[in-house]
Amino acid sequence: MATSARPARKRPIRIGRLLGEAAQYAALTIAAAIILTPIYITVVYSLQPVEEIFSYPPNLLVTDPQWDTYKRAFETGSLGRYLVNSFIVATAITAGQVITSVLAAYAFAFLRFPFRNLLFVAFLASLMVPWEVTIIPNYQTISTFGWLDSYQGLIVPFLATAFGTFLLRQAFLTVPRDLRDAAAMDGYGHIGFMLQVVVPLSRAAVGALAVFSFLLAWNQYLWPLLITNDDDYRTVQIGLKALVSSNIDEFNLVMAGTVIAAAPILALLILFQKQLIRGLTSGAIKG
Amino acid sequence: MDEVTAAEVTIALPKAAGRWRARPRVKEMALALVLLGPSIALFSTFAFYPLVKTFYLGFFRSDPFGLSSNYVGLDQYIDVLRSNGFHRSLLTTGLFALFTVPTGLVLGLGLALLAHQKLRGIVVYRTIFSSTVATSVAVASVMWLTLLNPSIGIINYGLKESGFEAVNWLGDPDWALPAVSLTTVWLNLGFTFIVILAGLQTIPEELHESAKIDGAGAVSRLFNVTLPMLSPTLLFAVVVLTINAFQSFGQIDILTQGGPLDRTNVLVYSIYTEGFRNFNEGVAAAQGVALFLIVLVLTLIQFRFLERRVFYGN
Repeated sequence: MATSARPARKRPIRIGRLLGEAAQYAALTIAAAIILTPIYITVVYSLQPVEEIFSYPPNLLVTDPQWDTYKRAFETGSLGRYLVNSFIVATAITAGQVITSVLAAYAFAFLRFPFRNLLFVAFLASLMVPWEVTIIPNYQTISTFGWLDSYQGLIVPFLATAFGTFLLRQAFLTVPRDLRDAAAMDGYGHIGFMLQVVVPLSRAAVGALAVFSFLLAWNQYLWPLLITNDDDYRTVQIGLKALVSSNIDEFNLVMAGTVIAAAPILALLILFQKQLIRGLTSGAIKG
Repeated sequence: MDEVTAAEVTIALPKAAGRWRARPRVKEMALALVLLGPSIALFSTFAFYPLVKTFYLGFFRSDPFGLSSNYVGLDQYIDVLRSNGFHRSLLTTGLFALFTVPTGLVLGLGLALLAHQKLRGIVVYRTIFSSTVATSVAVASVMWLTLLNPSIGIINYGLKESGFEAVNWLGDPDWALPAVSLTTVWLNLGFTFIVILAGLQTIPEELHESAKIDGAGAVSRLFNVTLPMLSPTLLFAVVVLTINAFQSFGQIDILTQGGPLDRTNVLVYSIYTEGFRNFNEGVAAAQGVALFLIVLVLTLIQFRFLERRVFYGN
């Protein structure tokens, strides 16, 4: 009796679970489809001829991909140049932020010096000054330096980050104190200990900072808009805006430009998702 | 330029380290100065000095051509505080926050709850849900400029097919701010999702198990276990999204340029047009001070949660 009752009781539960899972997958898929719709339409339009984009009802499939549009986006929109500029600027900012943050975080985590807490609070305070508030004096400063329309103007103001310093200091504090004494006995100074022990042990946090810095630097909009007029120094974000303003009816060209501007950073997200999530969840501000 | 600076720092450091053991205290202080020097110099030049300068510029009124400026004391601050333009800009920014923050939070929470399941292939869904975090404000705005286009936009097509009137999203004074908000909600969704999912993952499994044993259903567990445990994360997300709303610029610049009829002229866009289009530096600076004070209050709230996460988080 007991043995025959068991499968009978179990089966509805299993079917219920299967139904539940199916419902979950359905909900997940619908949500994913809605989120991806803007990206999907962008890709479709970038490959359709302009006449097809204007047809009604809209055709949301690509029958005859026009790869030529991408070539034109690179040529008429100088997107190639803008991409190179964005890479130079984002890479330099990332390298600079990692270096200044490692140095400052090490000082806060391992060194004793006067006014340490006061300086730490000053670092915190720098987070309270939004870039948007200070654009006018900062523009004047960069202009005085003769850095309008230059890589320096795009890079130097962003070479230090309080957020990065806190993120790394948190990681550095988990390095066991005993290691410092052992390293000192082996003849390591602070710099040797920092570069050969602390940074390698904290590579997850350093990686998170690097990916996060690159993302923010690549996506910057307001500052590059203010200080670059010259094609030679425009970043891809500003180049995209210029492409839209001058080709407003050529939707295929504009959409191809959008794909070109978005692709490198989407690839970065897929490759370094774990680092990015760590950076974001440590209390970062996107913007 | 920056590479030179970086190289100088790394070359200069070993010297300090080599002499580190001779007189620990003094050497340690000198080393600290070298290590902190680059950050201190940069923060002073590009954050603290310009902040003070912004307050200072607010005391000067520019002539109509932006050629010279006169000291007017607090007059300009008072004028800005009393001006209709500033009030409307503040109201627009507040409305923008109201349109984007609660919607974004609810959608982000919904996505995070959906994706917080042990299912095969869930990683793919999580990547898709996170994807807008990598989308820049310019890319998202241009995408939505097309989606919201009155003639070719897919949104109007959907409306017409469902029997609604087509809407001139970005040209209609009543619809422009909602349209910009829609773009912003989509843009922020990846961030909100990631933060809330991370919060969900820190809630101990046992809490759900014991609630289940006590006979709590799924809805009851959501309201009595998940949401209370998640409240610090949700508050953190609210503050970050609100700060973001007050600092928004790119989507306005690409979608509406503050129009139509100033209906999307948020605070940062107003600072930009006053400072860089109308050459009213003083007015822009005074508005900047207002923005600073608003974000300051929001940031102080955020620090309280940040602190909690740092000390008691995983």
